[in-house]
Amino acid sequence: MGMAAPESLLICEHCDTVYQRRPLVRGEVARCARCMAELERHQGLSVNAMLALVLTAMIVFVQANMWPIVTLGLNGQFSGTTLWGMIITMWQQQAQVVSVLAAFTLFFFPLVKMLTLGWLLWFGRQGRRAPGFVPLMVALHRLGPWTMSEVFVLGALVAIVKAHNYFDVVADPGIYAYAALTLLITIFAGVDLRQLWDHTAERPA
Amino acid sequence: MNSLPRAAELGLISCHTCGLTCRDTGGDDMACPRCGSALHRRKPDSYMRAWALLIAGFLLYIPANVLPIMRTASLNDIDDNTIISGVVELWVKGSPDLAVIVFTASIVVPMLKFLSLSVLLVTSQRGSGWARVQRAKIYRLVEFIGYWSMLDVFVVALLTALVRFGLLSLVEPLPGVIFFGLTVVLTMLASMSFDPRLIWDGRDTDD
Ligand SMILES: [Zn+2]
Ligand SMILES: [Zn+2]
Repeated sequence: MGMAAPESLLICEHCDTVYQRRPLVRGEVARCARCMAELERHQGLSVNAMLALVLTAMIVFVQANMWPIVTLGLNGQFSGTTLWGMIITMWQQQAQVVSVLAAFTLFFFPLVKMLTLGWLLWFGRQGRRAPGFVPLMVALHRLGPWTMSEVFVLGALVAIVKAHNYFDVVADPGIYAYAALTLLITIFAGVDLRQLWDHTAERPA
Repeated sequence: MNSLPRAAELGLISCHTCGLTCRDTGGDDMACPRCGSALHRRKPDSYMRAWALLIAGFLLYIPANVLPIMRTASLNDIDDNTIISGVVELWVKGSPDLAVIVFTASIVVPMLKFLSLSVLLVTSQRGSGWARVQRAKIYRLVEFIGYWSMLDVFVVALLTALVRFGLLSLVEPLPGVIFFGLTVVLTMLASMSFDPRLIWDGRDTDD
C-alpha cells in the first residue's frame, strides 16, 4: 500500500513537479511553472449548483434522445430521425462498428456519467459519500473523454448543410435540445470533479 | 532544477486516477489509499502501448481515406464519397467555413496526432531536452481536440438515417467510415497511453 502524504502537497499530473497547495481566489487558475499545465482552478460552482446543472442536463438529454433531430422533405415525402433511429439504421446498414460507437459515446456513456454525478452530488450536498462512492468516482474518471454529444451537434449541423442542397430541411426540437445540452456540457467542462474527494467525509453514508 | 522538485526526488507518487499525493513505499504493487487504483510512477508500458496503438491507427487511417465513406444514390446516378470529396463538396456548394471545420477534424487533427505523438515518443525515448514546454503543450492540445475527429462519422451516420427515400434518394455507409471510426478510437487510446511526465524524464532524473 502507498501511504497518503500531506494534503498540502499538489503534484502536476503532466510533469510530476511537486507544489505546496495554496488557496485560490475567485477565478484563479494555478499553473505549473515547469510545463505550464493547469494545476488547479478555483471552483466557483457549489455542489448545489452542480447538482442543479446535472439535473437540467438529464431533462435535456431525455428530450434530445426522444425528439426527432432533423426531418428532410423530398417531393412531399418526409423522413426524420432520432438518435436511436440513427444507431439502429447504422446497424442495419452493415456499419455495426459505427452503430456501437454512436450508442456508447452519445447515449450510454453520457447517461451513466449524468446518473453517477447526480447520485454522488445528491449525497455530496450533505457532505456525505454516496454508497459506491469510490468505484463510481473511478468510473467517472475512466469515462473521461468518451462522451461526444458536442461533436454530434457539430456533425448534425454539417449534415443539415449538406442535405440542404438536395432536400427541404426542417430542424426538429431534438437538435435544440442537443444544442442546450452542449451548452451545459461546456459550463461543466471547467469543473474538476476530483474536488468531491476532498469535499466529502471519509465515512461512507 | 532544485527549485522545482519532482515527485520521485521526494519519494512521492501522484495517483493517476484521483490525484492524491501518496508516499512511494518502493513496492511494485502499491495501491492508492483513497481510490484503490494501482499506483505507478509512470503509466505502465507507456512507450510500447502508445507506439502499437498509434501504428495500428495509422494503418487504418489509410483505407479510411482511400475507401469511400458514404454512397449517395438517386434515380439517375450513384456517387461514392471519400472524406476529401465530402470536404470539396462543402466548399464548392458554398459552405467554405464548414469545409474548413470538417477538413480540420478529419484530416488535420489525425495527421497532427500521428506526427506529434511520433515526435513525442521518439524524443522522450531518447531523453531529449529539446523544446520540452512546447512538446508538453502539443500533447495537451492533442488530448483536448482528439475526439473531435469523430465528426465525419456522425455526419455519415445521420445522413444515412435521414436520406431514406427509396428509389428517389438513398444514403448508405461504406467501409471507409468504419476504418475512420476505428482510427479515431485507436489514436485516442494512443494519446492516453502516452505519459506526458516522460517528456521531463531523462537527463536530470534517473527514473
Ligand atoms: Zn507540470
Ligand atoms: Zn487514487
